[in-house]
Amino acid sequence: MEAETGNGGGRPRGSAASDGVRGTVEAQEVREPEGADEIRQAERIRERVEEVYRAESRRVLATLIRLLGGDFDLAEEALHDAFAAALDRWPHDGLPSNPRAWLVSAGRFRAIDVLRRRARFDASLAHVADRLGDGVTEPEPYDDEAIVDDRLRLVFTCCHPALPAHARVALTLREVCGLTTEEIARAFLTGAPTVAQRIVRAKTKIRDAGIPYRVPGPAELPERLGTVLQVVYLVFNEGYSASSGESLTRPDLSGEAIRLGRLLVELLPEPEVQGLLALMLLHESRRAARTSEDGEIVLLEDQDRSRWDRGLIAEGRALVERALSSGRIGPYALQAAISAVHAESPDAESTDWSQIVGLYDVLARIAPSPVVGLNRAVAVAMRDGPAAGIALIDAILDRGDLADYHLAHSARAELCRRLGRTAEARAAYRRALELARQEPERRLLERRLAELASGAARAG
Amino acid sequence: MKYLCLVYSEEDSLDAVPDRECVDFDTALRADGRCLASEALQPVHTATTVRVRDGRVQITDGPFAETKEQLAGFYIVEAADLDEAIRLAAKIPPARVGSVEVRPVRPIRETVAAERERSAAGPRPA
Repeated sequence: MEAETGNGGGRPRGSAASDGVRGTVEAQEVREPEGADEIRQAERIRERVEEVYRAESRRVLATLIRLLGGDFDLAEEALHDAFAAALDRWPHDGLPSNPRAWLVSAGRFRAIDVLRRRARFDASLAHVADRLGDGVTEPEPYDDEAIVDDRLRLVFTCCHPALPAHARVALTLREVCGLTTEEIARAFLTGAPTVAQRIVRAKTKIRDAGIPYRVPGPAELPERLGTVLQVVYLVFNEGYSASSGESLTRPDLSGEAIRLGRLLVELLPEPEVQGLLALMLLHESRRAARTSEDGEIVLLEDQDRSRWDRGLIAEGRALVERALSSGRIGPYALQAAISAVHAESPDAESTDWSQIVGLYDVLARIAPSPVVGLNRAVAVAMRDGPAAGIALIDAILDRGDLADYHLAHSARAELCRRLGRTAEARAAYRRALELARQEPERRLLERRLAELASGAARAG
Repeated sequence: MKYLCLVYSEEDSLDAVPDRECVDFDTALRADGRCLASEALQPVHTATTVRVRDGRVQITDGPFAETKEQLAGFYIVEAADLDEAIRLAAKIPPARVGSVEVRPVRPIRETVAAERERSAAGPRPA
């Protein structure tokens, strides 16, 4: 009788094998216990194994990679074998008191066994097997703390700047978040073979170029942390607003990014890590209000603020305060602070635009960019009137910056519209429409153009 | 692991990096025992490119590719991992005006020797 947990909803994700735990159930020859009670007991244990997989597989993987000399592929095989062993043994032996330690031990044991067998045909592997098997882990010369969470090592390795940007994202989602190749491909609107290739090449580079499996030392940490945060934010943005196509948001990616952010804050409570998590939480708090039931964009000033998630806002604001009070003020914390000003305001009219402009002033000093300049211009327009904002946007466009950025033109169009400069507004909306790629944004711009046309018609 | 550090630069930019500085750096690196080989190169106009096609030797004046930044020198270093190689490369004086490519060496002498040994011996007994 084939064992079936009957649990359709809780399929664990990830793992090198195509199907995670479920695949191993079918592959294993399971010894069946006698009696209905024992069968139910075994069922419950198998469900527990699935729970443990969901909760712990990433951590087990991260530790196995370290114990197996930084070999990702070997560690993934070992992870798969460890869970297969758990499915085989735990129904009979009961749940171990420390499942994670049991799985790490089982995985490592099997991996060394695999290496020894391979060493019979490849002498160069023999010493590798010996080194990994001697039970002494090499001391880490870089950690001041006794134990660095292996997931931190994993994140920093997956986000190493020597890996191409696409590969960092794909590898992080695969190894740290446990997404399958197919899920990553769907999320980024690319083909699964492309994603698979990026991941394979990244692992090859890690091995061949000697990218070490460690948390960077203090001298390199700020720069390397920046790369990690960049990856997380990219994933979040990809989920928050699709880069092209019909759907405005892809919730699962944003959720993964937030989960990653929470993990990082737990492991590395630095102000910019707190700032990034705050920024993501505050953006996320507005998800329900950001689109209408028809999937149309609802701008910030028009959103129903009762639909903002107050819990996320509270969490985000607390993190902003912690980040800003550290004295080391970074761009993510500042952007989060700006978002928090909006979140605190009961309605659009009460928004403290002076405070927002002040925050943009600081942001423009520490992390200047044309987009920061654009967003500051919009805030200045809200504080000082549309003409002031138009002047700033014109200065940016005259420098040649943001010429192909649809939001620059749509912002300019909006400000011209408020001043009654209808012809200019129309031209700018048209330019924005040429450049916009997301369907909901295009529809918004078309609506604005239609409003201008009907307004002009009424004016005669 | 062995890494090759290829130093590229626009030749004019190198004027800002005196030879004395490069030699001092090189001496320190060799004293550490981590430098296996290193040389500065004559300017790119002294380069000659050699190709053999259909058994004929083709000789061209100049470097293999005309790029803005040209090869100025190299180091072969011993480093524990890529991060250490990168830290080292960052200290090479021309790195502040040019680019240093860091590439791991492929130990073909060792792998070919091992292969030859394996095929001579046959599979090892269990």
